[in-house]
This record gives sequence, structure tokens and C-alpha cells, in this order.
Amino acid sequence: MMTRSDQWKFYLTVVFVLASVWTLWPTFQFYSLPPKTRQEVLQARPDLATNEAERIKLEKYVKLREKAIKLGLDLQGGMYLLLEVDTSKLGPAEAKNAVDQVRQIINNRIDQFGVAEPSIQKQGENRILIQLPGLLDRERAKSLIGQTALLEFKLVKTEEEGKAFYDRVDQYFARKLHGGAPPDSAAPDSTVHPFTSKLLASSHSEATVLRENVPIVDQMIQQLKADSSFVSDAQFSWDAHESEISGRTTRTLYVVGKEALMKGSEVASAQMRLDLDQARPGAPGVSFNLTSRGGALFGDITGSNVGRRLAIVLDGRIQSAPNIQEKIPRGQGSITGSFTEEEAQNLAIVLRSGALPAPVSIVEERTVGPSLGQDSIEKGIRAAGVGAALVVLFMLVYYRISGMVAVVALFLNILGLLACMAGFHGTLTLPGIAGIVLTIGMAVDTNVLIFERIREELRNKRTVLAAIETGYARAYRTIIDAHVTTLLSSFALMWFGTGPIRGFAITLSIGLIINLITAVGISKMIFDAWSVRRKLSSISI
Amino acid sequence: MLQILHGVNINWMARRHIAFIVSGVCVAITIASLILHGGPRYGVDFTGGSLIEILVTPPVHVDAVRSAVDRAGLAGSEIQELSRPGQFLIRAEMKAGHASPSDAIANAVRAGNAGRKVEVLRVESVGPRVGNELRGAAIKAIFFALGLILIYVGIRYDWRYSVGAVAALFHDVFITLGALSITNKEITLTVVAALLTIAGYSINDTIVVFDRIRERSKTLRREPPEKVMNVAINETLSRTVITSFTVFLTVVALFTLGGEVIHDFSFAMLVGVVFGTYSSVYVASGLALEVQLWLERAGGGGAKK
Repeated sequence: MMTRSDQWKFYLTVVFVLASVWTLWPTFQFYSLPPKTRQEVLQARPDLATNEAERIKLEKYVKLREKAIKLGLDLQGGMYLLLEVDTSKLGPAEAKNAVDQVRQIINNRIDQFGVAEPSIQKQGENRILIQLPGLLDRERAKSLIGQTALLEFKLVKTEEEGKAFYDRVDQYFARKLHGGAPPDSAAPDSTVHPFTSKLLASSHSEATVLRENVPIVDQMIQQLKADSSFVSDAQFSWDAHESEISGRTTRTLYVVGKEALMKGSEVASAQMRLDLDQARPGAPGVSFNLTSRGGALFGDITGSNVGRRLAIVLDGRIQSAPNIQEKIPRGQGSITGSFTEEEAQNLAIVLRSGALPAPVSIVEERTVGPSLGQDSIEKGIRAAGVGAALVVLFMLVYYRISGMVAVVALFLNILGLLACMAGFHGTLTLPGIAGIVLTIGMAVDTNVLIFERIREELRNKRTVLAAIETGYARAYRTIIDAHVTTLLSSFALMWFGTGPIRGFAITLSIGLIINLITAVGISKMIFDAWSVRRKLSSISI
Repeated sequence: MLQILHGVNINWMARRHIAFIVSGVCVAITIASLILHGGPRYGVDFTGGSLIEILVTPPVHVDAVRSAVDRAGLAGSEIQELSRPGQFLIRAEMKAGHASPSDAIANAVRAGNAGRKVEVLRVESVGPRVGNELRGAAIKAIFFALGLILIYVGIRYDWRYSVGAVAALFHDVFITLGALSITNKEITLTVVAALLTIAGYSINDTIVVFDRIRERSKTLRREPPEKVMNVAINETLSRTVITSFTVFLTVVALFTLGGEVIHDFSFAMLVGVVFGTYSSVYVASGLALEVQLWLERAGGGGAKK
């Protein structure tokens, strides 16, 4: 006969087991798929489906993926990036918006890059956390995410304008060198022309600089930029690429207008093309279409500047500076330079999704290659399996039938823990597996505490029923204390910990809470049912 | 039934001074190692920096990797050859405001070993500021966790026990730190998680013994505290050993089979479990006894007056 409260416990246990199995079913389905289909499920994107039947199939895949326990980046491979948005040059209101804008733009870029299930979250004031599971090409992803992609169209200064600018720059630095006084004309060239003497050749709108001189020239340019007393409508801009001149590596320096005539926000669409450069067929480039407003603006700009050069500037570097042959009315243009196909593809994506309102930098990166991830999961699961098997074996040998009760409770604990993870859409990481292993340790300890106590009571010549009752009752207090202290420290970890530590603490906490139900409640119920029904005079413990 | 350590009657407390010496020596070794190594060796998580693991197939000699990294202008980098041929772990500095050097390293090794496949297995780059923040968060987590445990033990037990429990806790964590320092392992976020788990287990073990001491001090009211503690420790000894043994089994499985990513974590756990078992028997109760005896001496002197 079961008492009424035992009946309730029994039904609750059945509900617990059924609910756990039901929650875990998709996970089971997912991991029993052949690896190739599993990959398809992971990469499924219904929005890219070409027909209705495929869309339905892919949506089913997405549902399965959402309900199954996912593996963390450390196990399946992937990339974790923490970006910091530099809002120091923006006003407070702009700064607040900027981070959200950056998040949105990066979202668009990644979306077009084709990663399934990216996670892009704002973190704190000015940081963005990006997680890309299963991604292979990390360098490409980083350049795609980190690029500001500020596209500007600027006029290259004419030779006369350029000469005037160079003269002023030389005077500026010459005066700096001589403490304000203009140098006397007999001085060597490097003191009269501190700036232009560093250049290899110059046509005044475009100069060539040897690679080894680039850092020092750039330093002077930065100095000029930082000095607010130097006012000009012109500025220097480097070419994005290096070139070879008679066997020496050089970089071109342009003098361009300070103000952009038009910005990339007027770009409506952009594509990678291989047929843009007639001189180099097959060279990758990007063609773009402008919005109607941008098209009209572009028409005006090109119409009134025929014969001059228009620089296409991306993130402050000049991609190309073609001559304007005639007015371009339809708002179409192209960017050519020495791109690889991949770089051109990236450029098209970032132009389409727009420029970031503020520069970003990657302050934390964690990447796990897929092969290492695979290795980790196999080893992690094997270690956890062997550890659990050893413990189970020990419990069975040492406590015999009672040990079996403990093993059932342990199994239910892990079942419940995994079901919780599936239910809360949790991810399983390697530290998470460690958390499960430690949960097993604590669960076993709970049973050891109880069983040792029952054994003591039996040695004190109590009846089986009384020994079970007092054993549980006395062990219970210790168990609660032990669980509360461990839970307290895992709460601290959850609160302050980051990524991996939090995963560890969450699995451990869930496991401990479930353990209080399974190792104390359910195992007691089994004991009661077993001892009461058989009216045991001895017990296998 | 199969039993171990049942009915033992060991006079633990009489030998507590030996334990104090053993613990003292271990703590001294830890301090010496920390001084020799210039403090704990923090990993890139806390110092900031870049760690990149690559696999070159077919394998090359470590010198080929070193010269490639030197050419990339990262001559100060540390290069470690891992057990698998062609697998290298490279640690480089990451300066504030600069891009992570991991790409430069990968590209340099690729350029220097044309015709070989260079696969990036793992990258961990942490900017110096983020490293500082992570260190701050970890320290906060540790103190917050210890503080919570202390308050709980203080409420549930006597403050005399608190002293012993806390001492045992620091003892276990500190000696584990020493073992990490001696073996020159890095303190990473994962290792911090291990240290906190050790703290959790340590307090758990201590509480089980204290619980029994409290229970026995009611039934054995006339006995001296020394005897009560011995009885309590002996009665819980089988549980202490069995639990530690099962935890030890799982941790050994993690340590030997868990792979490199979890290796330092399980190493720390291994050391912590061993010392945790020992300290819950000796250090925690021994110190609690010392406090109690000291109080009695002070109280007894007052009574004679």
C-alpha cells in the first residue's frame, strides 16, 4: 500500500520523467541524424529557399535546431568576438545611438555572409558581443565585421592646388624645425623642404613614397592633422595599395579635398564583378548603383568636374582615382583596385549594409577551429562517460541494490539537467560538461551521506524501516547545508563570471537543484516503496 | 556488506600538530614558489595578449615557426611545441588599440612555409583592458563566493567553526595555487572556476564533519571536545573517503581523457580534492579545537580568580 503522499510523489516522478523525455526528444532526434544531414540542419536558412517544398523542409530543420541542445563554440568550433565601439568623437546622444546602429549594420553584414544562428548582442555601454558558430574563415569574417566601410567621393586637387598645399606644408614643418623663423635659402634641401624631401617623386597632386619612408611621412601627416592652427581645404590621403616602381615598393600619396562630395550612404546596391577593368579582364572589382538622390548628385558632381580626377575613398584610403571623362547621369559607378575576389565580395557586402557610424576595434577574440572542437567534444564526452561509469560501478559494488537506487536517481538527475538545458535553449560547452561531471560528484555524495547514515543506524540495531527514516532525516540537514554552500558559490560565478565560467556555474546550479529532488525525494520514494511493500527485515545496502 | 573504514578509532586530534606542520610546509612551499615565479602566472585571459594554436602539415621544426614569427615583428613571442607533431602554441603580446597579432602570426607562418597547410586550431586574443576587467571580475567572484559561504557557515554554526572552515578553505585553494605555480601552469578563467569548485567541495566536506561534531557534542556532553571531534571524524570517515574517492574517479577521468582544453582545470581539481579531503579532517577541526581550547584556557583563568 502506498500512502497518499507517496502516491503523489510517484505521479510527480512520472510527470518529471515524461516531461524530461519529451523535452529531450528533439535533441535525441538531432544527434541521431547522420552527420551530413545534421550539418544541413545547422546551416538551414528558410529565407534562402528556392521553392516552397524546400522552404517547408528548412523551416522544420530550424524548429528542430531550436529545440535541440546546441553545442557551444568551444565544442562545435566557431568564433567569439567582443567589439568596442569608439564613441569618443561623438556627442552623448549620437554615442548612444551609434552602438545600436553598429549592431544593426553588423547584423546585416553577417546576414549576407551566410552564417546560420549568429548571435549579436549589445554588452554594456559600448560593446558588442558576436558569436558565430561553425564559421570557417575567421580572417574574412573579421575584416567583414571590423571594417568601418566609410565610402567617400573626393576630388583630387589639381597640380597647382597641390603645389600650393605642398609649399604650405613644407613651410609649416620648416618653421617647426627652426623655432618659428623661416630658414635661410642656402640651407640643405631637407631643412627647406622637410616634407617634400621625403618623397620619391611628386606631380603635386600625387606623390610616390618609398615603403621605408611611409611611417615617417605618415607621422608628419598625423601631426598636421592634429594641429588645429593649420587650416586648409585640402588633405593628404594614402593609396590603399602598394605598387612597384623600378623594383622598389612604394605607396602613392594623394592631395584631395577635405570635404567629401558624396558619401556611401547614397549607395543603393553593390555587386562584385570581374569585368570592370578593361586593362585587366577578370580582375575583381565592385560595381554599385546609387539611390535616385545620389544619382542626381553624382550627375552634378561629374558634370561640373569633367577632366578632373575623382578619388574613391574607403575608410580614409584611396581605392582608385579615375579621370572624369564625362557627366555620369545614371548613378552607376565602380571601384577597381588590386582586390582579391574575396575582398571584392566583402567590399560589396559592406557597401550594401552601410558604413559604421563610429570605428570599432576587436578587444577580445576566441576562435576554436572545427577540428579542435570535434576533438574536444569527443574527448569531453568520453571522459564524462568513463567518469560516470566508474562511479556507477563503484556504487553498485559497494552498496549493491541500494547502489542501484542511487544510480537510478543519478540517471534521473542527468536526464532532468539535460531537459532543463533543452527547455531553456541552453548551449552545452566544455566547462558545462565539467559542471555536469561535478554534479555527478555531488549527487553521489548525497547518496553516500544517506547510505552511510542508514548503515550506522542499522548497526545501532534499528529496524530497516526506522533506519531508513532516521538515516534520511539526519543526512538531510547536512545535504542541505552542503548544497546551499556550493550553490552560493556558483551564484557568485554566474553573477560575475563571463562566458565559459558562467556556463559551468549554470549547469552546476541546475544540477544541484535537481539533485535535491532526485537524490533525496525520488530515491526516498523508491526506498519506501521497496521496504514497506516487502516488509523487509534486512536491506541490501 | 562491503565496508571500508568502519569502526575505526583513530585519535586524530592528538596528532593535529603533525598536520599543522605538514600544512605549514605545504603553504611555505607555495609561498616560495610564488616568490620564485614572481606571483601566479596569469594567462592571456587576465594579462591580455594573444594565444594562437596552429597545425602545420606536413610538420615542420619549431625553428621554422620561430623565424616566421620573428619576421612578422613579434620576436618576443613564446613558442611551444605541443605533443602532436606540427602543432604549436604561440603566445604574443597584444597592445592596446592594436589589432590582435594572431592574423599576422598565421600569415607569417603561412608565408614562411609555402607548400604546407597551416590550420588555425584556436585563437584567444584578449585586449589589455578587457584582461584587466576579467581579472577584476574573477577576483570579485572569488571574494563574493567566499563571503557568502562565510556568512552562511557563520549563521548555521558557531563562529569558532567559521575560523576553522575558512582556514581550511584558504588552505586548499592556496596549496592548489602553489601546485599550479610549481608546475608553471597558467591561471585562466577555467582554472579560476576550478579553484572555486575546490572551495565549494572543501566547505562541503568541512560542513559534513562539523555537522557531526555538533550532533555529537549534544550526546557526548561530558566528554572533552577533543574526544567529541575524534568520534565525529571517525564516524564520518567512511563517507569522507568514499565521496572523495568517487569525485577523484571522475576528476581522474577528466584529467586523463578530457583533452588539453580541460587539462588545467582537471589538474587543479585533482590537487584540490586530495588536499580538501585531508584538510576537512585535520585543518578545519584541528583549528576549531585550538580555538576552543584557547577559549577554555582564557575562561578557566578567569574562573580561578
